[in-house]
Amino acid sequence: MAPTGAGKTLAGFLPSLVALSGTKASQRKGLHTLYVSPLKALAVDIARNLEAPVTEMGLPVRVETRTGDTPAHKRTRQIARPPDILLTTPEQLALLIAHREASDLLANLRCVILDELHALVTSKRGDLLSLALARLHRLSPGLTAIGLSATVREPDELRRYLMPQAPLPPPSAGKGGPRVSEGRSGQSPAERGPTAPTEAAAFVKTAPVPEAGLPSPDPLRAPPSPAEGGGGGAGMADLVVVKGGAAPDLRMLESNRPLPLAGHTAHQSMPAIYELIRQHRTVLVFVNTRLQAEYTFQELWRLNDDVLPIALHHGSLDAQQRRRVEAAMAAGQLRAIVCTATLDLGIDWGDVDLVVNIGAPKGASRIMQRIGRANHRMDEPSKAYLVPANRFEILECRAALDAVEAAAQDTPDARTGALDVLAQHVLGMACADAFDPLQLYEEIVSAAPYTGLTWEDFEAVVDYVATGGYALRAYERFAKILRGPDGLWRVRDARTAQQYRMNIGTIVESAKVKVRLVRSVRAKPGTILPKTGRVLGEIEEDFAETLTVGDTFLFSGEVLRFEGLMEDEAMVTRAGPGTDPAIPSYAGSKFPLSTFLAARVRALIADPFEWDRLPKQVADYLVQQRSRSVLPGPRDLLVETYPRAKRYYLSAFPFEGRLAHQTLGMLLTRRLERASLRPLGFAANDYGLAVWMTRDISEAIAREPGFLAELFAQDMLGDDLEAWLAESAMMKRTFRQCAVIAGLIERRHPGQKKTGRQVTISTDLVYDVLRKHQPDHLLLRAARQDAATGLLDVRRLGMMLERIQGRIIHRALDRVSPLSVSVMLEIGREKVYGEGADEILAEAEAQLLEEALG
Amino acid sequence: MAHPGPPDEDAILALGQRLEKTQKPAGLTLAGEDAVLDLSGALWLPAHRTLVVSDLHLEKGSAYAARSGQFLPPYDTRETLANLHEAVLRHDPARVVALGDSFHDARGPERMEPGDRAMVAALQEGRDWVWIAGNHDAAVQEGVGGRYADTLTLGALTLRHEPVPGAAPGEVAGHLHPCGKVAMRGRAVRRRCFVSDGARLVMPAFGAFTGGLNVRDKAFDPLFPEGFTAHLLGDGRVFAIGRQMLARD
Repeated sequence: MAPTGAGKTLAGFLPSLVALSGTKASQRKGLHTLYVSPLKALAVDIARNLEAPVTEMGLPVRVETRTGDTPAHKRTRQIARPPDILLTTPEQLALLIAHREASDLLANLRCVILDELHALVTSKRGDLLSLALARLHRLSPGLTAIGLSATVREPDELRRYLMPQAPLPPPSAGKGGPRVSEGRSGQSPAERGPTAPTEAAAFVKTAPVPEAGLPSPDPLRAPPSPAEGGGGGAGMADLVVVKGGAAPDLRMLESNRPLPLAGHTAHQSMPAIYELIRQHRTVLVFVNTRLQAEYTFQELWRLNDDVLPIALHHGSLDAQQRRRVEAAMAAGQLRAIVCTATLDLGIDWGDVDLVVNIGAPKGASRIMQRIGRANHRMDEPSKAYLVPANRFEILECRAALDAVEAAAQDTPDARTGALDVLAQHVLGMACADAFDPLQLYEEIVSAAPYTGLTWEDFEAVVDYVATGGYALRAYERFAKILRGPDGLWRVRDARTAQQYRMNIGTIVESAKVKVRLVRSVRAKPGTILPKTGRVLGEIEEDFAETLTVGDTFLFSGEVLRFEGLMEDEAMVTRAGPGTDPAIPSYAGSKFPLSTFLAARVRALIADPFEWDRLPKQVADYLVQQRSRSVLPGPRDLLVETYPRAKRYYLSAFPFEGRLAHQTLGMLLTRRLERASLRPLGFAANDYGLAVWMTRDISEAIAREPGFLAELFAQDMLGDDLEAWLAESAMMKRTFRQCAVIAGLIERRHPGQKKTGRQVTISTDLVYDVLRKHQPDHLLLRAARQDAATGLLDVRRLGMMLERIQGRIIHRALDRVSPLSVSVMLEIGREKVYGEGADEILAEAEAQLLEEALG
Repeated sequence: MAHPGPPDEDAILALGQRLEKTQKPAGLTLAGEDAVLDLSGALWLPAHRTLVVSDLHLEKGSAYAARSGQFLPPYDTRETLANLHEAVLRHDPARVVALGDSFHDARGPERMEPGDRAMVAALQEGRDWVWIAGNHDAAVQEGVGGRYADTLTLGALTLRHEPVPGAAPGEVAGHLHPCGKVAMRGRAVRRRCFVSDGARLVMPAFGAFTGGLNVRDKAFDPLFPEGFTAHLLGDGRVFAIGRQMLARD
């Protein structure tokens, strides 16, 4: 067996291989086993790993992959003459079940294997996959669904995900006319109709600690027979737990130099990291953002006197360059790769013997996943270092180490299925075959994320797909499905089906522009020779728009000078040697601190007996905070107010993650405005936020008892939130993504000329108009649902506001406290899209005034 | 679906009062005449009780949809008219001047929905309404009320669609859709703006779907040889920004 990455995944295929080897090729009918992985590269990787044993054992089994890269003729052949085992991705599976031949192709499917299920179920891709799985269960009653997962907090949620949660209608579409809806009757799975019993199993790898508390310590075994299945209750897949091997060797990289109070570069630790690279075979250096990756890569090369092969890998780099890095890594030619989450998931290239994670881990389960990249053998410990970049991150790293030691998990809760994804799926099902709405509804509510879907919401989704809803009723071409006299819905025409295929999926990339290296004509500043150089990669359009000619920034491991935008390309030149990048790119974490780690950090701060376990610089810092202000208890909210440089500040420390704090900052600013305290701006990080204003807030609090309680009252999530959402650029962006997923607007495809700005304008306008005229439109509801957990993290903010009722501890201080300094340092660093535009304008205006007066 | 009709008057008045409190009117003197720059992009000339709006580009959305199949929602006209309605309520003008390119193309008026047409009629009631000819809508339009003119003179001011090259004291024009961009600390804000040097004024496009030309574009150079101030339409008020603070795109 292959030494790495083989255990769990190949085990999932064993039942299929056993079954297939027992039947002659001539007796097989269609596709036997489907394997779905979140990454294209992973599917290809697994195919390779699977083909080796199949060939060695001489099994008469055909294994093929089907990804976006599969050529058209092969795809056609795969439908006509399907392989025994097909490896694919959720998006390709969605296309497959929307195919006209899907019911024939999949009717005899025996087994579906969902790999890295824990990673898939937390996103809209998981919603899409769950709907596809429901269709598979319906097309092929008796199908076995196998989920492969790392350890999760709630394995039962995965077990439910694999099984139909409601009785399924018969495989073929009914021919009956429109039926009167009774909504969902209260049928229990026990009352299920004539469908054959369905089998499913979730293979879960436990954390390598005995008291993980998972029910079955049995070794790997084949999926159980129906008689022993369902042990966890109705509608749940069987759970098979694989015990892990040695405990991970996880440490915090201690630095004898003092760490800053804020910032994410970890530049103090670079020499130590470089030393680790020298001492190991291959090191994966994980960072949280692309910009951190760029910075780290450059710093390491600055130290690289031994000229070790150190590479860079992140999603914005040119695909060819990424492939080169991956190939070099697989061939064992690299000593270190600086990478972002693009390498998070289970691809095992090369022989990694150390993982270094720079910056705060943000979540215990995430860090476990990353550690797992090192030394994939079960009997040897994975070795990893956490590298805090500032003093707060030391606290977070400590909390994460404790969590890993206790094998505690903080994977997110199960999702409620998104409506925009459902709209996409409904159109897909119409592409596959005419559908009866009631039967499709029954099928959809059998998918775990959609069990709570009401008939009315389903009707609203169908209406949206049929007409675009009120917003688009005026355009006939947006009627994507039509209802025939037989009561069945069909896709409107071949063009609509084609459009569906082009726009499949739930991953909406933000508009990107290419970065092209050009030569500048020095004699004539501003004159460049366009289109002469090579493309280095892509940057987000939003970022490109903030650049002005002459700005320098880090990209692809180099300091580049921005020369201008030309169509959809950013022209850059190499900055002269020794130039520092001028644009203070936001280098914080993309992921917010998990609720679970946040609670541990709060507990750590609140308990001085724990401080012994912290490096001295952090303990000293906490002692200082205690003497100058106060340290809040684990459930308290500390609020400090203080003057500084003609401004008055309010800092609060909810420890709920940057996204929730940004939302809180917006809402607090509104309320302070209303209280005539004239707020000017705010800054937020993962631990707290600071708002500054021109009037004395300490005085307002002293004058008016209950002022703070009212300021932080839960009702801010009512009207204030609504009013803010009306103009929030982040909400508009969320809406835009829903609009793409639900097919309101089309994705941009390579080669298409720049229409991104146009799309932006039109979706923003649709958003405004819908808010005004149809606030309950399906897409607005979908966007609000996303906002609750996504960019705005409203749900978490709500939980926090509830927690702190009556637990606000206020200190009016003469000057900024040690804790508050950390947030103050975020000021000017942070970029909040589209907010506070007037502040920028006012500042520019003030300069005009100064000139006029001076 | 019933046409939503003009927004609720009370709500508009309340909004107006709120804006009056928070927003000091941005004013400037243009060839000796007082001019108020409305946050909506309209120009208010109090001495003439005249409200000027430029480049409405009504029915641009339907023009695109008809021509290219490129989707733009059919709301631009309604949105633009609603904004105009708010500006009219704020100032109660005796005269409204649409400074050209009021319709995106010659067939725009035909495509206009009946509800939108009624809203235009309601806005025109009891006031003088002048359509200045633009390059998109040079032909005289039928069935949209008002009167037509190539230029209009009000005191020291000459109102026309396209600015004339060379010095033109007192000229109020549109056509260029000026936008200003301010970039600072890694952030950029790009907004529609009025552009003026105290002698002449170029107005921002009022229409909902109109793009913009950066005021640093060379098209503006011959109009303002001595430099200019751009009055950017912010979220809460109008900001006067000097040319040197404005970035190119």
